[in-house]
Amino acid sequence: MEALWLSMKLAACVAAILLVIGMPVAYWLAFSTWRGKFLLESMVALPLVLPPTVLGFYALVAMGPRGPLGKLWIALFGHGLAFTFSGLILASVLYSFPFAVQPLITSFEGVDRKLLDASAVLGAGGLRTFWRVILPLSLPGVVTAAVLSFAHTLGEFGVVLMVGGNLAGVTRTVSIDIYDHVQSLEYPAANRMALVLLAISFAVLSVVYAVNRRVWTPWSAK
Amino acid sequence: MDAVVGEVSATMLTARIRKERRSAGGSSFVLDVSIEVSPGIAILFGPSGAGKSTLLDCIAGLARPDEGQIMAGGEVLFDSARGIHVPAPERRTAYVFQTLALFPHLSVEENVAYGLRDFHREERREQVAAILKAFRVEKLRKQRPGGISGGERQRIALARSLVTEPRMLLLDEPLTGLDAELKAAIVDDLRAWNAAKGIPILYVTHSREEVDALGERVIALDNGRVVSTGAPMEVLDAPRRIKLAQAAGFENLLSATVLDLREADGVMRVGLGENACEIEVPLGYAAAGSRVRVAVRAGDILLATERPHGLSARNVMDGCIVSLEQRGTMAVARVDCGVAFIVHVTPGAVRALELTAGRRVWLVLKTHSCHLVE
Repeated sequence: MEALWLSMKLAACVAAILLVIGMPVAYWLAFSTWRGKFLLESMVALPLVLPPTVLGFYALVAMGPRGPLGKLWIALFGHGLAFTFSGLILASVLYSFPFAVQPLITSFEGVDRKLLDASAVLGAGGLRTFWRVILPLSLPGVVTAAVLSFAHTLGEFGVVLMVGGNLAGVTRTVSIDIYDHVQSLEYPAANRMALVLLAISFAVLSVVYAVNRRVWTPWSAK
Repeated sequence: MDAVVGEVSATMLTARIRKERRSAGGSSFVLDVSIEVSPGIAILFGPSGAGKSTLLDCIAGLARPDEGQIMAGGEVLFDSARGIHVPAPERRTAYVFQTLALFPHLSVEENVAYGLRDFHREERREQVAAILKAFRVEKLRKQRPGGISGGERQRIALARSLVTEPRMLLLDEPLTGLDAELKAAIVDDLRAWNAAKGIPILYVTHSREEVDALGERVIALDNGRVVSTGAPMEVLDAPRRIKLAQAAGFENLLSATVLDLREADGVMRVGLGENACEIEVPLGYAAAGSRVRVAVRAGDILLATERPHGLSARNVMDGCIVSLEQRGTMAVARVDCGVAFIVHVTPGAVRALELTAGRRVWLVLKTHSCHLVE
Protein backbone atom coordinates (compact mmCIF):
# COMPACT_ATOMS: atom_id res chain seq x y z
CA MET A 1 0.00 0.00 0.00
CA GLU A 2 2.94 2.27 0.63
CA ALA A 3 3.93 1.91 -3.05
CA LEU A 4 0.42 2.78 -4.22
CA TRP A 5 0.35 5.89 -2.04
CA LEU A 6 3.75 6.93 -3.38
CA SER A 7 2.63 6.44 -6.98
CA MET A 8 -0.50 8.50 -6.38
CA LYS A 9 1.53 11.29 -4.81
CA LEU A 10 3.99 11.26 -7.69
CA ALA A 11 1.25 11.26 -10.34
CA ALA A 12 -0.64 14.10 -8.66
CA CYS A 13 2.49 16.26 -8.37
CA VAL A 14 3.45 15.58 -11.97
CA ALA A 15 -0.05 16.33 -13.27
CA ALA A 16 -0.17 19.62 -11.35
CA ILE A 17 3.27 20.72 -12.54
CA LEU A 18 2.46 19.74 -16.12
CA LEU A 19 -0.74 21.78 -16.16
CA VAL A 20 1.15 24.86 -15.05
CA ILE A 21 4.03 24.59 -17.50
CA GLY A 22 2.00 22.83 -20.21
CA MET A 23 -0.43 25.71 -20.71
CA PRO A 24 1.98 28.39 -21.90
CA VAL A 25 3.79 25.86 -24.09
CA ALA A 26 0.52 24.63 -25.58
CA TYR A 27 -0.71 28.20 -26.07
CA TRP A 28 2.44 29.08 -27.95
CA LEU A 29 2.30 25.93 -30.07
CA ALA A 30 -1.37 26.49 -30.86
CA PHE A 31 -1.17 30.15 -31.86
CA SER A 32 2.38 30.91 -32.95
CA THR A 33 2.96 31.45 -36.64
CA TRP A 34 6.71 30.93 -36.40
CA ARG A 35 8.00 28.73 -39.23
CA GLY A 36 10.35 26.71 -37.02
CA LYS A 37 7.47 25.70 -34.77
CA PHE A 38 7.65 22.08 -35.98
CA LEU A 39 11.01 21.68 -34.20
CA LEU A 40 9.47 22.38 -30.81
CA GLU A 41 6.46 20.28 -31.71
CA SER A 42 8.62 17.25 -32.41
CA MET A 43 10.62 17.89 -29.26
CA VAL A 44 7.43 17.89 -27.20
CA ALA A 45 6.30 14.65 -28.85
CA LEU A 46 9.68 12.93 -28.42
CA PRO A 47 8.84 11.04 -25.20
CA LEU A 48 6.02 9.34 -27.10
CA VAL A 49 8.43 7.39 -29.29
CA LEU A 50 11.56 7.24 -27.13
CA PRO A 51 12.04 4.06 -25.07
CA PRO A 52 11.56 5.02 -21.40
CA THR A 53 14.96 3.56 -20.62
CA VAL A 54 16.63 5.96 -23.05
CA LEU A 55 14.88 8.92 -21.49
CA GLY A 56 15.62 7.56 -18.03
CA PHE A 57 19.25 7.02 -18.91
CA TYR A 58 19.76 10.61 -20.05
CA ALA A 59 17.82 11.88 -17.05
CA LEU A 60 20.01 9.81 -14.74
CA VAL A 61 23.22 11.09 -16.33
CA ALA A 62 22.02 14.68 -16.08
CA MET A 63 20.95 14.22 -12.46
CA GLY A 64 24.02 12.35 -11.29
CA PRO A 65 26.59 14.15 -9.12
CA ARG A 66 28.62 14.97 -12.24
CA GLY A 67 25.66 15.93 -14.41
CA PRO A 68 24.63 19.58 -14.79
CA LEU A 69 21.31 19.14 -13.01
CA GLY A 70 22.84 17.10 -10.25
CA LYS A 71 25.55 19.68 -9.63
CA LEU A 72 23.02 22.49 -9.56
CA TRP A 73 20.84 20.53 -7.14
CA ILE A 74 23.74 19.79 -4.81
CA ALA A 75 24.72 23.47 -4.84
CA LEU A 76 21.14 24.48 -3.99
CA PHE A 77 20.04 21.80 -1.54
CA GLY A 78 23.20 20.01 -0.46
CA HIS A 79 22.16 16.57 -1.74
CA GLY A 80 21.94 14.81 -5.09
CA LEU A 81 18.91 14.44 -7.30
CA ALA A 82 19.23 10.87 -8.52
CA PHE A 83 17.35 8.21 -6.49
CA THR A 84 15.18 10.83 -4.75
CA PHE A 85 11.47 11.63 -5.00
CA SER A 86 12.26 15.07 -6.50
CA GLY A 87 14.37 13.43 -9.18
CA LEU A 88 11.51 11.10 -9.91
CA ILE A 89 9.12 14.02 -10.33
CA LEU A 90 11.48 15.78 -12.70
CA ALA A 91 11.99 12.74 -14.92
CA SER A 92 8.26 11.96 -14.89
CA VAL A 93 7.40 15.50 -15.93
CA LEU A 94 9.64 15.08 -18.97
CA TYR A 95 8.22 11.66 -19.71
CA SER A 96 4.54 12.67 -19.48
CA PHE A 97 4.97 16.06 -21.15
CA PRO A 98 3.25 15.20 -24.45
CA PHE A 99 0.31 13.66 -22.62
CA ALA A 100 -0.43 17.03 -21.04
CA VAL A 101 0.52 19.30 -23.95
CA GLN A 102 -1.16 17.51 -26.87
CA PRO A 103 -4.74 17.65 -25.51
CA LEU A 104 -4.21 21.28 -24.52
CA ILE A 105 -3.01 22.20 -28.02
CA THR A 106 -5.94 20.39 -29.61
CA SER A 107 -8.49 22.13 -27.44
CA PHE A 108 -6.88 25.59 -27.76
CA GLU A 109 -6.85 25.20 -31.52
CA GLY A 110 -10.47 24.14 -31.43
CA VAL A 111 -11.63 27.48 -30.05
CA ASP A 112 -13.36 29.50 -32.80
CA ARG A 113 -10.89 32.20 -33.93
CA LYS A 114 -13.78 34.64 -34.38
CA LEU A 115 -14.33 34.51 -30.60
CA LEU A 116 -10.73 35.59 -30.10
CA ASP A 117 -11.21 38.42 -32.61
CA ALA A 118 -14.40 39.44 -30.82
CA SER A 119 -12.57 39.47 -27.50
CA ALA A 120 -9.77 41.61 -28.97
CA VAL A 121 -12.06 44.27 -30.44
CA LEU A 122 -13.92 44.36 -27.12
CA GLY A 123 -10.69 45.55 -25.54
CA ALA A 124 -9.24 42.36 -24.09
CA GLY A 125 -5.52 41.67 -24.41
CA GLY A 126 -3.99 38.23 -24.86
CA LEU A 127 -3.96 37.24 -21.19
CA ARG A 128 -7.55 38.29 -20.53
CA THR A 129 -8.71 36.52 -23.69
CA PHE A 130 -6.92 33.39 -22.48
CA TRP A 131 -8.54 33.39 -19.03
CA ARG A 132 -12.02 34.48 -20.06
CA VAL A 133 -12.47 32.74 -23.42
CA ILE A 134 -9.83 30.19 -24.37
CA LEU A 135 -9.46 28.42 -21.02
CA PRO A 136 -13.19 28.08 -20.18
CA LEU A 137 -13.89 26.77 -23.68
CA SER A 138 -10.96 24.35 -23.41
CA LEU A 139 -12.02 22.78 -20.11
CA PRO A 140 -12.48 19.29 -21.59
CA GLY A 141 -8.92 19.52 -22.91
CA VAL A 142 -7.60 20.66 -19.54
CA VAL A 143 -9.32 17.75 -17.79
CA THR A 144 -7.99 15.35 -20.41
CA ALA A 145 -4.47 16.72 -19.99
CA ALA A 146 -4.57 16.39 -16.20
CA VAL A 147 -6.08 12.92 -16.24
CA LEU A 148 -3.81 11.54 -18.95
CA SER A 149 -0.61 12.82 -17.38
CA PHE A 150 -1.77 11.46 -14.01
CA ALA A 151 -2.55 8.02 -15.47
CA HIS A 152 0.56 7.90 -17.57
CA THR A 153 2.79 8.74 -14.60
CA LEU A 154 0.99 6.23 -12.42
CA GLY A 155 1.88 3.39 -14.78
CA GLU A 156 5.43 4.29 -15.71
CA PHE A 157 8.19 1.79 -15.08
CA GLY A 158 11.34 2.24 -17.13
CA VAL A 159 12.05 5.85 -16.29
CA VAL A 160 11.36 5.30 -12.61
CA LEU A 161 13.65 2.31 -12.45
CA MET A 162 16.48 4.17 -14.15
CA VAL A 163 16.23 7.40 -12.21
CA GLY A 164 14.72 6.33 -8.92
CA GLY A 165 15.92 2.81 -8.39
CA ASN A 166 13.92 0.82 -5.90
CA LEU A 167 13.92 2.46 -2.46
CA ALA A 168 10.89 1.55 -0.36
CA GLY A 169 8.86 4.68 0.54
CA VAL A 170 11.04 6.93 -1.60
CA THR A 171 11.06 5.66 -5.14
CA ARG A 172 9.35 2.25 -5.09
CA THR A 173 6.20 2.96 -7.11
CA VAL A 174 3.35 0.51 -7.84
CA SER A 175 4.75 -0.79 -11.10
CA ILE A 176 8.11 -1.48 -9.52
CA ASP A 177 6.41 -3.10 -6.57
CA ILE A 178 4.54 -5.41 -8.93
CA TYR A 179 7.78 -6.27 -10.68
CA ASP A 180 9.37 -7.03 -7.29
CA HIS A 181 6.52 -9.34 -6.32
CA VAL A 182 6.73 -11.21 -9.61
CA GLN A 183 10.48 -11.56 -9.27
CA SER A 184 10.04 -13.17 -5.87
CA LEU A 185 7.14 -15.31 -7.17
CA GLU A 186 4.54 -13.63 -4.92
CA TYR A 187 1.81 -13.85 -7.56
CA PRO A 188 -1.22 -13.09 -5.32
CA ALA A 189 0.39 -9.84 -4.10
CA ALA A 190 1.34 -8.86 -7.66
CA ASN A 191 -2.18 -9.64 -8.79
CA ARG A 192 -3.75 -7.39 -6.14
CA MET A 193 -1.61 -4.43 -7.15
CA ALA A 194 -2.09 -5.06 -10.86
CA LEU A 195 -5.85 -5.13 -10.40
CA VAL A 196 -5.81 -1.82 -8.56
CA LEU A 197 -3.77 -0.25 -11.36
CA LEU A 198 -6.08 -1.70 -14.00
CA ALA A 199 -9.16 -0.34 -12.21
CA ILE A 200 -7.66 3.10 -11.80
CA SER A 201 -6.56 3.26 -15.44
CA PHE A 202 -10.01 2.26 -16.65
CA ALA A 203 -11.73 4.81 -14.41
CA VAL A 204 -9.38 7.56 -15.53
CA LEU A 205 -9.86 6.86 -19.23
CA SER A 206 -13.62 6.77 -18.75
CA VAL A 207 -13.42 10.28 -17.34
CA VAL A 208 -11.43 11.44 -20.39
CA TYR A 209 -13.88 10.00 -22.89
CA ALA A 210 -16.93 11.22 -20.99
CA VAL A 211 -15.57 14.75 -20.81
CA ASN A 212 -14.70 14.79 -24.48
CA ARG A 213 -18.15 13.61 -25.43
CA ARG A 214 -19.37 16.61 -23.48
CA VAL A 215 -21.47 14.46 -21.16
CA TRP A 216 -20.93 16.98 -18.40
CA THR A 217 -20.17 20.25 -20.12
CA PRO A 218 -22.64 22.83 -18.96
CA TRP A 219 -23.10 24.62 -22.29
CA SER A 220 -24.13 23.34 -25.69
CA ALA A 221 -21.51 22.84 -28.35
CA LYS A 222 -22.82 25.70 -30.47
CA MET B 1 -1.54 65.35 -46.60
CA ASP B 2 -1.64 67.34 -43.40
CA ALA B 3 -4.12 69.81 -44.87
CA VAL B 4 -6.46 66.93 -45.65
CA VAL B 5 -6.13 65.56 -42.15
CA GLY B 6 -6.98 69.00 -40.77
CA GLU B 7 -10.26 69.13 -42.63
CA VAL B 8 -11.45 65.77 -41.47
CA SER B 9 -14.20 65.99 -38.92
CA ALA B 10 -13.43 64.63 -35.49
CA THR B 11 -16.08 61.93 -35.68
CA MET B 12 -15.27 60.75 -39.17
CA LEU B 13 -13.67 57.46 -40.17
CA THR B 14 -11.16 57.65 -42.99
CA ALA B 15 -9.12 54.78 -44.32
CA ARG B 16 -6.58 54.58 -47.10
CA ILE B 17 -5.45 50.98 -47.30
CA ARG B 18 -3.32 48.82 -49.51
CA LYS B 19 -3.00 45.18 -48.63
CA GLU B 20 -1.83 42.29 -50.71
CA ARG B 21 -2.89 38.77 -49.94
CA ARG B 22 -1.34 35.74 -51.55
CA SER B 23 -3.26 32.52 -51.65
CA ALA B 24 -1.68 29.08 -51.63
CA GLY B 25 -2.24 28.74 -55.36
CA GLY B 26 0.11 31.67 -56.00
CA SER B 27 -2.63 34.02 -57.15
CA SER B 28 -2.64 37.33 -55.32
CA PHE B 29 -5.39 39.70 -54.36
CA VAL B 30 -4.79 43.38 -53.82
CA LEU B 31 -7.06 45.53 -51.72
CA ASP B 32 -6.41 49.14 -52.62
CA VAL B 33 -9.07 51.53 -51.38
CA SER B 34 -9.64 54.93 -49.89
CA ILE B 35 -12.91 55.53 -48.08
CA GLU B 36 -14.51 58.15 -45.87
CA VAL B 37 -17.43 57.47 -43.58
CA SER B 38 -19.30 60.32 -41.91
CA PRO B 39 -21.48 59.78 -38.83
CA GLY B 40 -24.44 57.63 -39.84
CA ILE B 41 -24.70 54.49 -41.90
CA ALA B 42 -22.62 53.91 -45.02
CA ILE B 43 -23.08 50.69 -46.94
CA LEU B 44 -20.09 48.79 -48.22
CA PHE B 45 -21.49 46.83 -51.11
CA GLY B 46 -19.88 44.29 -53.38
CA PRO B 47 -19.83 40.66 -54.42
CA SER B 48 -18.18 38.10 -52.16
CA GLY B 49 -14.44 38.12 -52.56
CA ALA B 50 -14.40 41.86 -53.28
CA GLY B 51 -12.34 42.50 -50.14
CA LYS B 52 -15.06 43.79 -47.82
CA SER B 53 -14.12 41.70 -44.80
CA THR B 54 -10.40 42.34 -45.29
CA LEU B 55 -11.12 46.06 -45.26
CA LEU B 56 -13.09 45.77 -42.00
CA ASP B 57 -10.36 43.63 -40.42
CA CYS B 58 -7.78 46.29 -41.30
CA ILE B 59 -9.90 49.05 -39.78
CA ALA B 60 -10.51 47.02 -36.61
CA GLY B 61 -6.83 46.19 -36.27
CA LEU B 62 -7.26 42.44 -36.75
CA ALA B 63 -5.24 42.63 -39.96
CA ARG B 64 -2.36 44.92 -40.77
CA PRO B 65 -2.33 46.82 -44.08
CA ASP B 66 0.89 46.90 -46.08
CA GLU B 67 0.50 50.61 -46.55
CA GLY B 68 -1.86 53.44 -45.77
CA GLN B 69 -3.47 55.42 -43.00
CA ILE B 70 -6.55 54.86 -40.86
CA MET B 71 -8.10 57.59 -38.74
CA ALA B 72 -11.15 57.57 -36.53
CA GLY B 73 -12.49 60.02 -34.00
CA GLY B 74 -9.62 62.38 -34.82
CA GLU B 75 -7.02 59.81 -33.82
CA VAL B 76 -4.53 57.97 -36.01
CA LEU B 77 -5.08 54.21 -35.68
CA PHE B 78 -2.67 53.17 -38.39
CA ASP B 79 -0.03 54.98 -40.38
CA SER B 80 2.52 52.98 -42.31
CA ALA B 81 4.67 56.06 -42.95
CA ARG B 82 5.00 56.81 -39.22
CA GLY B 83 5.00 53.18 -38.12
CA ILE B 84 1.81 53.54 -36.07
CA HIS B 85 -0.31 50.45 -35.55
CA VAL B 86 -2.70 50.73 -32.62
CA PRO B 87 -3.51 47.16 -31.49
CA ALA B 88 -7.10 45.98 -31.87
CA PRO B 89 -7.99 46.08 -28.13
CA GLU B 90 -7.12 49.79 -27.96
CA ARG B 91 -9.00 50.95 -31.06
CA ARG B 92 -12.43 51.28 -29.46
CA THR B 93 -14.09 49.69 -32.46
CA ALA B 94 -17.41 47.93 -32.36
CA TYR B 95 -17.29 45.03 -34.79
CA VAL B 96 -20.18 42.65 -35.32
CA PHE B 97 -19.15 39.58 -37.27
CA GLN B 98 -21.31 37.64 -39.65
CA THR B 99 -21.17 34.70 -37.25
CA LEU B 100 -21.81 37.16 -34.36
CA ALA B 101 -19.18 35.34 -32.25
CA LEU B 102 -21.16 35.46 -29.01
CA PHE B 103 -19.28 33.70 -26.21
CA PRO B 104 -21.14 30.39 -25.78
CA HIS B 105 -20.07 29.88 -22.16
CA LEU B 106 -21.25 33.28 -20.92
CA SER B 107 -24.79 34.49 -20.31
CA VAL B 108 -26.24 37.31 -22.38
CA GLU B 109 -25.54 39.70 -19.54
CA GLU B 110 -21.93 38.51 -19.20
CA ASN B 111 -21.45 38.71 -22.96
CA VAL B 112 -22.60 42.32 -23.02
CA ALA B 113 -20.52 43.24 -19.96
CA TYR B 114 -17.38 41.67 -21.48
CA GLY B 115 -16.04 44.93 -22.87
CA LEU B 116 -16.84 46.96 -19.74
CA ARG B 117 -14.11 45.97 -17.33
CA ASP B 118 -13.06 49.50 -16.43
CA PHE B 119 -16.30 50.21 -14.59
CA HIS B 120 -17.54 49.47 -11.09
CA ARG B 121 -19.96 46.63 -10.71
CA GLU B 122 -22.99 48.89 -10.15
CA GLU B 123 -22.22 51.13 -13.08
CA ARG B 124 -21.59 48.13 -15.29
CA ARG B 125 -24.92 46.56 -14.38
CA GLU B 126 -26.76 49.79 -15.19
CA GLN B 127 -25.10 50.19 -18.57
CA VAL B 128 -25.75 46.57 -19.51
CA ALA B 129 -29.38 46.87 -18.47
CA ALA B 130 -29.81 50.09 -20.46
CA ILE B 131 -28.39 48.75 -23.70
CA LEU B 132 -30.26 45.45 -23.42
CA LYS B 133 -33.41 47.52 -23.07
CA ALA B 134 -32.51 49.73 -26.05
CA PHE B 135 -32.20 46.63 -28.21
CA ARG B 136 -35.24 44.93 -26.63
CA VAL B 137 -33.51 41.83 -25.28
CA GLU B 138 -33.56 42.55 -21.52
CA LYS B 139 -35.67 39.43 -20.88
CA LEU B 140 -32.89 37.15 -22.10
CA ARG B 141 -30.17 38.47 -19.84
CA LYS B 142 -29.67 35.28 -17.83
CA GLN B 143 -29.72 32.92 -20.83
CA ARG B 144 -26.81 31.48 -22.75
CA PRO B 145 -26.57 32.34 -26.48
CA GLY B 146 -27.02 28.70 -27.53
CA GLY B 147 -30.75 28.62 -26.97
CA ILE B 148 -31.63 32.05 -28.37
CA SER B 149 -33.27 32.74 -31.75
CA GLY B 150 -31.51 34.34 -34.72
CA GLY B 151 -32.87 37.89 -34.57
CA GLU B 152 -32.33 38.15 -30.84
CA ARG B 153 -28.76 36.90 -31.13
CA GLN B 154 -28.10 39.69 -33.62
CA ARG B 155 -29.54 42.23 -31.19
CA ILE B 156 -27.34 40.89 -28.39
CA ALA B 157 -24.23 41.06 -30.58
CA LEU B 158 -25.07 44.68 -31.42
CA ALA B 159 -25.64 45.53 -27.76
CA ARG B 160 -22.35 43.89 -26.75
CA SER B 161 -20.31 45.89 -29.24
CA LEU B 162 -22.10 49.21 -28.69
CA VAL B 163 -22.13 49.25 -24.89
CA THR B 164 -18.41 50.09 -24.91
CA GLU B 165 -19.02 53.59 -26.38
CA PRO B 166 -17.06 52.82 -29.55
CA ARG B 167 -15.87 55.48 -31.97
CA MET B 168 -17.07 53.49 -34.98
CA LEU B 169 -19.21 50.49 -35.76
CA LEU B 170 -18.34 47.83 -38.32
CA LEU B 171 -21.07 45.41 -39.33
CA ASP B 172 -20.05 42.43 -41.47
CA GLU B 173 -23.30 41.16 -42.98
CA PRO B 174 -24.78 40.93 -39.50
CA LEU B 175 -28.38 40.52 -40.56
CA THR B 176 -28.10 37.81 -43.17
CA GLY B 177 -30.68 35.11 -42.76
CA LEU B 178 -33.29 37.37 -41.18
CA ASP B 179 -36.55 38.23 -42.89
CA ALA B 180 -37.01 41.76 -44.17
CA GLU B 181 -39.37 42.87 -41.41
CA LEU B 182 -37.09 41.75 -38.59
CA LYS B 183 -34.12 43.29 -40.37
CA ALA B 184 -35.90 46.63 -40.68
CA ALA B 185 -36.87 46.58 -36.99
CA ILE B 186 -33.26 45.96 -35.92
CA VAL B 187 -31.92 48.66 -38.23
CA ASP B 188 -34.53 51.10 -36.84
CA ASP B 189 -33.30 50.39 -33.31
CA LEU B 190 -29.73 50.89 -34.49
CA ARG B 191 -30.64 54.22 -36.09
CA ALA B 192 -32.41 55.32 -32.93
CA TRP B 193 -29.36 54.46 -30.87
CA ASN B 194 -27.02 56.26 -33.24
CA ALA B 195 -29.18 59.39 -33.39
CA ALA B 196 -27.78 60.27 -29.98
CA LYS B 197 -24.24 58.94 -30.48
CA GLY B 198 -23.51 59.96 -34.07
CA ILE B 199 -20.71 57.53 -34.86
CA PRO B 200 -19.75 56.34 -38.35
CA ILE B 201 -21.26 52.95 -39.17
CA LEU B 202 -19.89 50.82 -41.97
CA TYR B 203 -22.46 48.23 -42.98
CA VAL B 204 -21.21 45.45 -45.22
CA THR B 205 -23.55 43.54 -47.46
CA HIS B 206 -23.62 41.77 -50.79
CA SER B 207 -27.41 41.87 -51.03
CA ARG B 208 -29.19 44.38 -53.25
CA GLU B 209 -32.31 44.08 -51.13
CA GLU B 210 -30.46 45.26 -48.04
CA VAL B 211 -28.99 48.22 -49.90
CA ASP B 212 -32.46 49.22 -51.07
CA ALA B 213 -33.92 48.78 -47.60
CA LEU B 214 -31.24 50.84 -45.84
CA GLY B 215 -31.19 53.54 -48.51
CA GLU B 216 -27.97 55.12 -47.26
CA ARG B 217 -24.77 56.19 -48.94
CA VAL B 218 -23.17 53.30 -50.78
CA ILE B 219 -19.52 52.51 -51.35
CA ALA B 220 -19.33 49.86 -54.06
CA LEU B 221 -16.32 47.59 -53.93
CA ASP B 222 -15.23 45.13 -56.56
CA ASN B 223 -12.04 43.12 -56.88
CA GLY B 224 -10.31 45.09 -54.13
CA ARG B 225 -11.16 48.55 -55.46
CA VAL B 226 -13.83 51.16 -54.85
CA VAL B 227 -15.74 51.34 -58.12
CA SER B 228 -18.27 54.00 -57.17
CA THR B 229 -19.75 55.88 -54.25
CA GLY B 230 -22.97 57.80 -53.80
CA ALA B 231 -26.66 57.26 -53.17
CA PRO B 232 -27.90 53.75 -53.98
CA MET B 233 -29.83 55.02 -57.01
CA GLU B 234 -26.77 56.64 -58.53
CA VAL B 235 -24.40 53.83 -57.75
CA LEU B 236 -26.43 50.79 -58.45
CA ASP B 237 -29.82 51.59 -59.91
CA ALA B 238 -28.65 53.37 -63.03
CA PRO B 239 -29.13 50.05 -64.58
CA ARG B 240 -30.52 47.56 -62.21
CA ARG B 241 -28.34 44.60 -62.88
CA ILE B 242 -30.59 41.96 -64.32
CA LYS B 243 -30.56 38.40 -63.13
CA LEU B 244 -29.20 35.76 -65.46
CA ALA B 245 -32.64 34.15 -65.67
CA GLN B 246 -34.15 37.39 -66.87
CA ALA B 247 -31.35 37.79 -69.37
CA ALA B 248 -32.70 34.69 -71.10
CA GLY B 249 -35.31 37.01 -72.65
CA PHE B 250 -32.56 39.05 -74.28
CA GLU B 251 -31.54 37.90 -77.73
CA ASN B 252 -28.03 39.33 -77.38
CA LEU B 253 -25.97 38.19 -74.42
CA LEU B 254 -22.39 39.33 -74.92
CA SER B 255 -19.33 38.87 -72.79
CA ALA B 256 -17.29 42.01 -72.32
CA THR B 257 -14.26 43.44 -70.53
CA VAL B 258 -14.55 46.68 -68.57
CA LEU B 259 -12.12 49.20 -70.13
CA ASP B 260 -12.63 52.28 -67.98
CA LEU B 261 -15.15 53.88 -65.65
CA ARG B 262 -16.56 57.37 -66.16
CA GLU B 263 -18.22 57.86 -62.84
CA ALA B 264 -19.16 61.50 -63.43
CA ASP B 265 -21.19 60.44 -66.49
CA GLY B 266 -22.56 57.31 -64.84
CA VAL B 267 -21.20 55.14 -67.63
CA MET B 268 -18.33 52.85 -68.39
CA ARG B 269 -16.77 51.62 -71.61
CA VAL B 270 -16.54 47.94 -72.29
CA GLY B 271 -14.89 45.94 -75.03
CA LEU B 272 -17.11 43.28 -76.58
CA GLY B 273 -15.83 39.84 -77.39
CA GLU B 274 -12.07 39.93 -77.73
CA ASN B 275 -12.23 43.75 -77.91
CA ALA B 276 -13.64 43.48 -81.43
CA CYS B 277 -15.66 46.63 -80.72
CA GLU B 278 -16.19 49.07 -77.89
CA ILE B 279 -19.47 50.29 -76.50
CA GLU B 280 -20.63 52.51 -73.67
CA VAL B 281 -22.85 50.94 -71.02
CA PRO B 282 -24.34 52.19 -67.75
CA LEU B 283 -21.98 52.23 -64.78
CA GLY B 284 -22.10 49.10 -62.67
CA TYR B 285 -20.00 48.00 -59.74
CA ALA B 286 -17.15 46.51 -61.67
CA ALA B 287 -13.49 47.38 -61.71
CA ALA B 288 -11.58 48.11 -64.89
CA GLY B 289 -10.32 44.87 -66.34
CA SER B 290 -13.06 42.72 -64.86
CA ARG B 291 -15.29 40.57 -67.04
CA VAL B 292 -18.98 41.38 -67.29
CA ARG B 293 -21.88 40.29 -69.43
CA VAL B 294 -24.07 42.71 -71.33
CA ALA B 295 -27.60 41.88 -72.43
CA VAL B 296 -29.33 43.74 -75.27
CA ARG B 297 -32.82 43.16 -76.69
CA ALA B 298 -32.88 42.58 -80.46
CA GLY B 299 -35.78 45.03 -80.69
CA ASP B 300 -33.80 47.82 -78.98
CA ILE B 301 -31.20 48.02 -81.75
CA LEU B 302 -31.62 50.49 -84.64
CA LEU B 303 -30.37 49.64 -88.12
CA ALA B 304 -29.19 52.29 -90.61
CA THR B 305 -27.87 51.96 -94.15
CA GLU B 306 -25.76 55.12 -93.90
CA ARG B 307 -23.53 56.30 -91.09
CA PRO B 308 -25.94 58.20 -88.89
CA HIS B 309 -25.20 61.76 -87.64
CA GLY B 310 -26.58 63.93 -84.89
CA LEU B 311 -27.85 61.14 -82.69
CA SER B 312 -27.97 61.10 -78.91
CA ALA B 313 -27.26 57.38 -78.96
CA ARG B 314 -23.66 56.79 -77.93
CA ASN B 315 -22.99 53.50 -79.61
CA VAL B 316 -22.77 53.33 -83.41
CA MET B 317 -21.05 50.32 -84.94
CA ASP B 318 -20.69 49.37 -88.56
CA GLY B 319 -21.10 45.85 -89.73
CA CYS B 320 -22.46 43.58 -92.36
CA ILE B 321 -25.73 41.65 -92.59
CA VAL B 322 -24.86 37.97 -92.50
CA SER B 323 -28.36 36.62 -92.85
CA LEU B 324 -31.90 37.91 -92.99
CA GLU B 325 -35.00 35.83 -92.52
CA GLN B 326 -38.66 36.50 -92.26
CA ARG B 327 -40.40 35.17 -89.16
CA GLY B 328 -44.09 35.94 -89.28
CA THR B 329 -44.49 39.69 -89.06
CA MET B 330 -40.88 40.27 -88.09
CA ALA B 331 -37.52 40.05 -89.84
CA VAL B 332 -34.52 38.71 -87.96
CA ALA B 333 -31.18 40.05 -89.14
CA ARG B 334 -27.86 38.67 -88.04
CA VAL B 335 -25.24 41.42 -88.20
CA ASP B 336 -21.51 40.96 -87.83
CA CYS B 337 -19.70 43.92 -86.23
CA GLY B 338 -16.76 41.89 -85.03
CA VAL B 339 -19.24 40.28 -82.67
CA ALA B 340 -22.55 38.98 -83.96
CA PHE B 341 -25.74 40.88 -83.07
CA ILE B 342 -29.29 39.76 -83.65
CA VAL B 343 -31.54 42.65 -84.73
CA HIS B 344 -35.30 42.64 -85.12
CA VAL B 345 -36.75 44.90 -87.84
CA THR B 346 -40.20 45.13 -89.40
CA PRO B 347 -40.87 43.77 -92.93
CA GLY B 348 -41.70 47.36 -93.97
CA ALA B 349 -38.23 48.53 -92.93
CA VAL B 350 -36.62 45.66 -94.82
CA ARG B 351 -38.42 46.80 -97.99
CA ALA B 352 -37.80 50.53 -97.51
CA LEU B 353 -34.08 50.11 -96.82
CA GLU B 354 -33.69 47.27 -99.31
CA LEU B 355 -31.93 45.14 -96.72
CA THR B 356 -30.33 41.96 -97.99
CA ALA B 357 -27.67 39.62 -96.79
CA GLY B 358 -24.20 41.03 -97.44
CA ARG B 359 -25.32 44.66 -97.15
CA ARG B 360 -23.20 47.08 -95.07
CA VAL B 361 -25.17 48.57 -92.17
CA TRP B 362 -24.70 50.61 -89.02
CA LEU B 363 -26.09 49.51 -85.67
CA VAL B 364 -27.26 52.15 -83.20
CA LEU B 365 -27.53 51.29 -79.53
CA LYS B 366 -28.57 53.53 -76.64
CA THR B 367 -26.38 53.28 -73.53
CA HIS B 368 -29.34 52.42 -71.35
CA SER B 369 -30.51 49.68 -73.68
CA CYS B 370 -27.44 47.77 -72.54
CA HIS B 371 -28.07 45.83 -69.34
CA LEU B 372 -25.41 44.39 -67.09
CA VAL B 373 -26.03 40.82 -66.07
CA GLU B 374 -25.66 39.79 -62.42
